[in-house]
Amino acid sequence: MCPATGGFPFRGVAVIVVLLALPLLGSALLGLLALRPGPPAPEGSGADRLARWLGVAVAVATFGVALALLPGTGAPSAGRVVDPRHEVDVSWVAALDVRFHVGVDGVSVPLVVLTALLTLLCAVYTLRSLPPPGRAATFLALVLLLEAGMLGTFVSLDLVLFFVAFEIVLAPMYFLVAVWGGGAAARRAAVKFILYTLLGSVLVLVGIATVYASAGTLDLVELSQRAGAGLARGTQLAAFAALFVGFAVKSPLWPLHTWLPDAHTEAPTVGSVLLAGVLLKMGTYGLVRVALPVLPEGAHELAPALGVLAVAGILVGSLCCLVQRDAKRLIAYSSVGHMGFVLLGIATLTPVGVNAALFGNVAHGLITGLLFFLVGGVKDRYHTADLDTLGSGLAERAPRLGWLFVFGCVASLGLPGLAGFWGEAFALLAAYRPAPELSRPLFAVLLAGAAAGTAVTTAYFLRLLRRLVLGPPAGTGAVSVGGAPDVRRVEVLAWAPLVLLTLAVGVYPRLVFDLTDGPVRALLGVYVA
Amino acid sequence: MIGAQLQAVDAAALAPVLVAALGAVAVLVCDLVLPLDRRHAVLLVAAAGAAGALVAALALVGQRRSTFCTPPGSLPIGVQVGRSCSYTVDGFTLFFLVLLPAVALGVLLLSLAYTRDAALPPGEYGFLMLSSLAGALTLAGARDLVTLLVALETLTLPTYALVGLRRRSRLGAEAAVKYLLVSVAATAVTLLGVALVYGLTGTVYFDRLTAALAARPDLRELPLAAAAVALVLAGFGFKVAAVPFHWWAPDVYQGAPVPVAAYLATVSKAGGIAGLLLVTLGAFGAFRPVWGAALAVLAVASMTLGNLVALRQRQAVRLLAWSSVAHAGYLLVPLGALATDAGADAARTAVTATLGYLALYVVINLGAFGCVTAAARQVPGNAIEGYRGLAARSPLLAAALAFFLLGLAGLPPTLAGLVAKVVVVRAALLGGAGWLAVVVAINTVIGLAYYLRLAAMPFLAPPAPLAAKDAAGAEHADRVGGAQAGREPVRLAPSLAVAVGAALVATFVLGVVPQLVLGAATITP
Repeated sequence: MCPATGGFPFRGVAVIVVLLALPLLGSALLGLLALRPGPPAPEGSGADRLARWLGVAVAVATFGVALALLPGTGAPSAGRVVDPRHEVDVSWVAALDVRFHVGVDGVSVPLVVLTALLTLLCAVYTLRSLPPPGRAATFLALVLLLEAGMLGTFVSLDLVLFFVAFEIVLAPMYFLVAVWGGGAAARRAAVKFILYTLLGSVLVLVGIATVYASAGTLDLVELSQRAGAGLARGTQLAAFAALFVGFAVKSPLWPLHTWLPDAHTEAPTVGSVLLAGVLLKMGTYGLVRVALPVLPEGAHELAPALGVLAVAGILVGSLCCLVQRDAKRLIAYSSVGHMGFVLLGIATLTPVGVNAALFGNVAHGLITGLLFFLVGGVKDRYHTADLDTLGSGLAERAPRLGWLFVFGCVASLGLPGLAGFWGEAFALLAAYRPAPELSRPLFAVLLAGAAAGTAVTTAYFLRLLRRLVLGPPAGTGAVSVGGAPDVRRVEVLAWAPLVLLTLAVGVYPRLVFDLTDGPVRALLGVYVA
Repeated sequence: MIGAQLQAVDAAALAPVLVAALGAVAVLVCDLVLPLDRRHAVLLVAAAGAAGALVAALALVGQRRSTFCTPPGSLPIGVQVGRSCSYTVDGFTLFFLVLLPAVALGVLLLSLAYTRDAALPPGEYGFLMLSSLAGALTLAGARDLVTLLVALETLTLPTYALVGLRRRSRLGAEAAVKYLLVSVAATAVTLLGVALVYGLTGTVYFDRLTAALAARPDLRELPLAAAAVALVLAGFGFKVAAVPFHWWAPDVYQGAPVPVAAYLATVSKAGGIAGLLLVTLGAFGAFRPVWGAALAVLAVASMTLGNLVALRQRQAVRLLAWSSVAHAGYLLVPLGALATDAGADAARTAVTATLGYLALYVVINLGAFGCVTAAARQVPGNAIEGYRGLAARSPLLAAALAFFLLGLAGLPPTLAGLVAKVVVVRAALLGGAGWLAVVVAINTVIGLAYYLRLAAMPFLAPPAPLAAKDAAGAEHADRVGGAQAGREPVRLAPSLAVAVGAALVATFVLGVVPQLVLGAATITP
């Protein structure tokens, strides 16, 4: 039934099916644990510890399988726009023409590995730290279900399957924020998140159905190969507009970003890390995988709008950060800015730009994931993320935590040598030389705006560092609550991979570019020719 | 000689209907025979009757049978017509013959414990429900307007009594009277439409109507014809609770016993949809521009009004009633999308989409009503606020309720609901009605708002016992989760657990393998 590609030696079952099945089975197992009748297991009890370690075990196994997908994903064969590896293609719902068609290529595999890594680190972090009301089995069941949805989005090669995976992440994230965020504000933020992103999702469905109604197929590989042939210009515009708005809500693109600050601020640490680290990538990935190759004429028409809104997001996000009092909210707004760079890269419709966008995705996932972990650590210790209450001098009170904070902020503002630099730099370079049909003067203005945005980004991060980390210890929240104030062993385990990867990818960006360049050039063949 | 004039009756074709009717009689007999303290076991006989109808239907799968046939002849308007049958079992009929008894079986299992708790007379309950089911099964196979109407009445008449079965309940009596009056008025309107059609063409058989209208295009131009179509549609619009024929639904659902509301929302609505499909595509296919546009307007109005008003509901059954009004809108979208498309392919797509959505919706809705029935004992008056803290007392019930409500909203992990939404949006766009798809999309978001409110309520902490009646008890509930000391875990009656469990398994399976239902819905006429 499933062709055994990828050299997985175990009974001929495809690696990719294992990748998707592991988190689903783990989630089901933990769900059964959670639904046992009787009162919920208290912290530290056998059932609670079992649940946490089971979550870690499943996450480790999934990460291992994700790494197994890396070798073999290289440049596509000549003439093929999308050349997936580890492909599985079976019929799922014949009456709707929907197939279970999955595979990875250089565009998706970095995100697959990033997702598996971040979920693993979250599971490790949960070993010691779980916000009230506890209930580790339910929490981890939701996290693993979320992981299955995220992985499913990145490996789908069928439009409806993509949409199904796109929607799977909504309900678990809602419950994570509403129940473990704590309080009525968290419930309101969760409702806002799910309603807003559901609107984006159903618009994506409308776009997908528009493409299907004209093209007669849902297969992404086939549709990318056709590159819009057979689709009338009006249809392409309508479909691209629907997909554009749908993915814009998820990315998020200004002005559809208003769900993000509340959701990030109110979510528990693990929720924020996964939301910023992976969920935001689904929108931009959707643009690169679905919208750009399948609807080139639509892309050409709406790319300038995308660019303008992206730079508006960079500027607005950065300016909003300058006035933030809550550290989590500040990092949330910084995400809007960073995704603005990614979207600007996509808007240029050039290989340089899209490579920069995909790199920026990975870099943002690593760096902002680390920053949310760090802020979560601060919140755990001082029970607040408010800058005024926390006061300054974190570097003196908890040196390792403070200097990790410095590392994270400096990486986020785009210091050369760390991961954040390459995505931003190449996005700016691509804006200088956009695709031939796009207006150079417009993109030159956008380049200037984005560059100004980097200056403001530097400003607000340095302001954050000065207010929180550096300087003499002061402020009413200076007394830490509960346990050692500095970095614990489990936190080192959870955060070190992100630090090391940020350094590695920053010093040797070819780790990512080697994977993405070939597929991106093939994907954008219709734009360059 | 007499033999040649008598119509031949194919008992095998009628088997499901006959089993359901005989089951109804058997329930009455058993009710007389069983001792008073074991009276409620008579509903098991009713459940067996529904199961028997299902088995009879499964035995017919793959066959094509007709009965109550008239020999060929010519119509008064001068059109030659062939042999026509009043009752046909084909792919379309079989879809309902399998779906409806299965769902009715689920409703009867839900009713076992509920009738005991609410002191409803079980013999009458079972008899009425099986009689109504027999009417629904006849409706699916009806191929002429009169049989259709008689079947519709057989489906509806017992439900008047079922709605008002709660003795000494003012709400129940009011609901039954409202339902009776509106239903009778709708039937009268439909009958007038049927009479006008008969006056125009001289026949009531669907195939003869199609032939007559095709042979005499001048009949189509008459305003009387369009009026007749509109009148017939109005009756079915009432049955499926589409706006503006919907206003009976919330009061009737709330006043009826909860399993009866479940029956109305599932079997009764499915019967209405079957009738609508038969009338629009079977009989009045020539009037597609007329009813297509009308149904599109009805669809948009139902979706929007149903969702918007549901946002304000404070009672769980009323919320599900308005939700079923909204879903009537979604159900009408594939037919509404036909307004601009004249092809035969489009008609087939519309039928597949409507039937697929119907099957998925009916199973999920049964589950949702099942959970509400199960919680009815714990939650006074089925108030939404009363669901607080239910998760601490019965995590399975709370999880099941959330599962079914997310399915109604069209969200994973209930894949069945998601597939249903995909089916409807796809049908809208294949019919060229992109604007309808956008309206469905926006309504999905509005719908999620109130489904989430009910789904999340069990996971919130209940207010302190003394402040239970105080609306300001909400501030105590700012904490999430946690069981309060002294609250008993909810115990479900075995029949309830079986019914909800079966709905859960069916929804899960249909989500993972929707082809089971969509393949059966792909009917080649």
